[in-house]
Amino acid sequence: MSAAATMTAPGPEKVSPFTRGLRNRLGDLALIVASGSAIVIVLLILAVILGDVLIHGAGRLSWRFFFTAPEQGMTAGGIFPALFGTIALVVLMTLAVVPVGVATAIYLHEYAPRQSLLTRAVRIAVNNLAGVPSIVFGLFGLGFFIQFVGGSMDRLFHGGERVWGQPALVWAALTMAVLTLPVVIVATEEALRAVPRELREASLALGATQFQTVFRVAVPQSIPGILTGTILAISRGAGEVAPILFTGVAYFLPGLPKSLHEPFMHLGNHIYVLSTQSPDVDATKPLLYGTVLVLLILTFVLNFSAVLVRSRMRRRLAGAGG
Amino acid sequence: MRLVALSAIAAILLIFAFVAREAWPLLTSSAIHKEVTLRQMWTAQQWAGYDGPDHVWQPVSDIPKFGIWPLLAGTIKVTVVAMLFGVPLGVGAALYVSQYAAPRVREIVKPVVELLAGIPSVVLGFFALMVMATWMQDAFGLESRLNAIVAGLALSFAIIPVIFTISEEAFRAVPRSYVEASIALGAARWQTILRVVLPAASPGIAAGVALGLGRAVGETMIVLMASGNAAIFSAALSESVRTLSATIAAELAEVVFGGAHYTVLFYLGTVLFVVTFVVNSAGDWIINRMKRRLGESA
Repeated sequence: MSAAATMTAPGPEKVSPFTRGLRNRLGDLALIVASGSAIVIVLLILAVILGDVLIHGAGRLSWRFFFTAPEQGMTAGGIFPALFGTIALVVLMTLAVVPVGVATAIYLHEYAPRQSLLTRAVRIAVNNLAGVPSIVFGLFGLGFFIQFVGGSMDRLFHGGERVWGQPALVWAALTMAVLTLPVVIVATEEALRAVPRELREASLALGATQFQTVFRVAVPQSIPGILTGTILAISRGAGEVAPILFTGVAYFLPGLPKSLHEPFMHLGNHIYVLSTQSPDVDATKPLLYGTVLVLLILTFVLNFSAVLVRSRMRRRLAGAGG
Repeated sequence: MRLVALSAIAAILLIFAFVAREAWPLLTSSAIHKEVTLRQMWTAQQWAGYDGPDHVWQPVSDIPKFGIWPLLAGTIKVTVVAMLFGVPLGVGAALYVSQYAAPRVREIVKPVVELLAGIPSVVLGFFALMVMATWMQDAFGLESRLNAIVAGLALSFAIIPVIFTISEEAFRAVPRSYVEASIALGAARWQTILRVVLPAASPGIAAGVALGLGRAVGETMIVLMASGNAAIFSAALSESVRTLSATIAAELAEVVFGGAHYTVLFYLGTVLFVVTFVVNSAGDWIINRMKRRLGESA
């Protein structure tokens, strides 16, 4: 300490080492408190939202709640049609988005020349697609799928009678598929990138063609990544409401949709309807909390399993590399 | 294969084409010009019963009024509130997690914040409407229960994970050699963070903020449920507001296909598309430039 005290700092700052030490400690403390409180606040927000929904919603969950339809102006009964509609929507969406998304990623990563204009354009398009507001997807679904595609189908096959040219399950699912396309593309590409070079080289060295290498080596290795992307897309598709508002969702339906061109009920939309258009807010509140809890559990389970699949994949790759 | 890969490009082009196509008659159709023109939307008009020229959004009154400014003001107010809360919290949390937190803490905290990103926006809207609005009114005695502050706060919950994730990556991408050089020159930890790490990470943070901004401008369900949806043209944050996105969501279901109101709503969608496209492209451009620069220095 005394040795340090005699060696005063030669720079423009003429402060004693003691003051400097104190200042440094205070500076660090201030920065830790400031940034630490930010993370604490973020975690608190999450805890308060989850806690509130859990406390008010947990009591509602029962088999009856899951498997009966809303009754008495949606103040009693369950959520079965909304649950069914949500599942039908994401199943159809998955059937559409996974093949297209995976094929796009395979082309981008395995076949497209790295810096070609086309590759760059596709990448820009993917990034921007992810940023388009969800309500604009709704407008697009109405203008393209319902008016253009559906309307054309009616003119061609049904003599102008309105069958397909109206809001329906299939159009909502396709709109949602366009919205989740970037999720699948990005996850699949990341998985393909993580396939060790040695595996590809070994395959090529054994005389396999590029096609065989891609589809028998690279793609099978990327299945967990593709699965992660699919799960994330499903989670997104189950929670979004704005894109389906005009493309197929219904406020209330007496029965389940029997075909692709009928409207459907949806958990997210059910929450929106119950919380904004209920004539008696207090009477619908318990039901509302139950529905929110179900949607939250659904999306969290999906997200969590995506995280699990991804971390298992990373561990396996790390093991293979070492 | 190559054709399928074009799906993404096709999607983005089709989205713009088909949304703009429905808005096109606003520029060309004389039938629609009898009710509304672009000039009327963007400039103050003298309406019957008003003292002077004013910007008014009243699309379903006897004389439909399609002034766009109350909606733009609403969008801006809500976005500003969301950014005021979201940016410090997102960047601050990212700074702590990347600079101070122990690796084990980081491994827990990061997925937990990403959990926030997984909450559907309709649930955040529900929470703002049913719970937060009441708390805020009790705490501050605001006149309207649903207002720009409540909606903006709830909106910030949606953009915090976006800003956090990208900023955290940016902080961690700062080369170790920068930090070591700074420490070797005698700088304290906090000086190194504020004067070396933060400036080096700033392009990435800017990108995260830009993507958060794009999300805030376009987000629909939260503002639809929590903003009160009154198209008032003012700067007061405590009043109810109506945003571009919420206007489309609330009104499109009840309009006549191809009518003036329908066309105007698609025009609002086109405006929203263009604004978010520009903001997001800027964010992507910054991220790419940052990646390239880091690639060179490594």
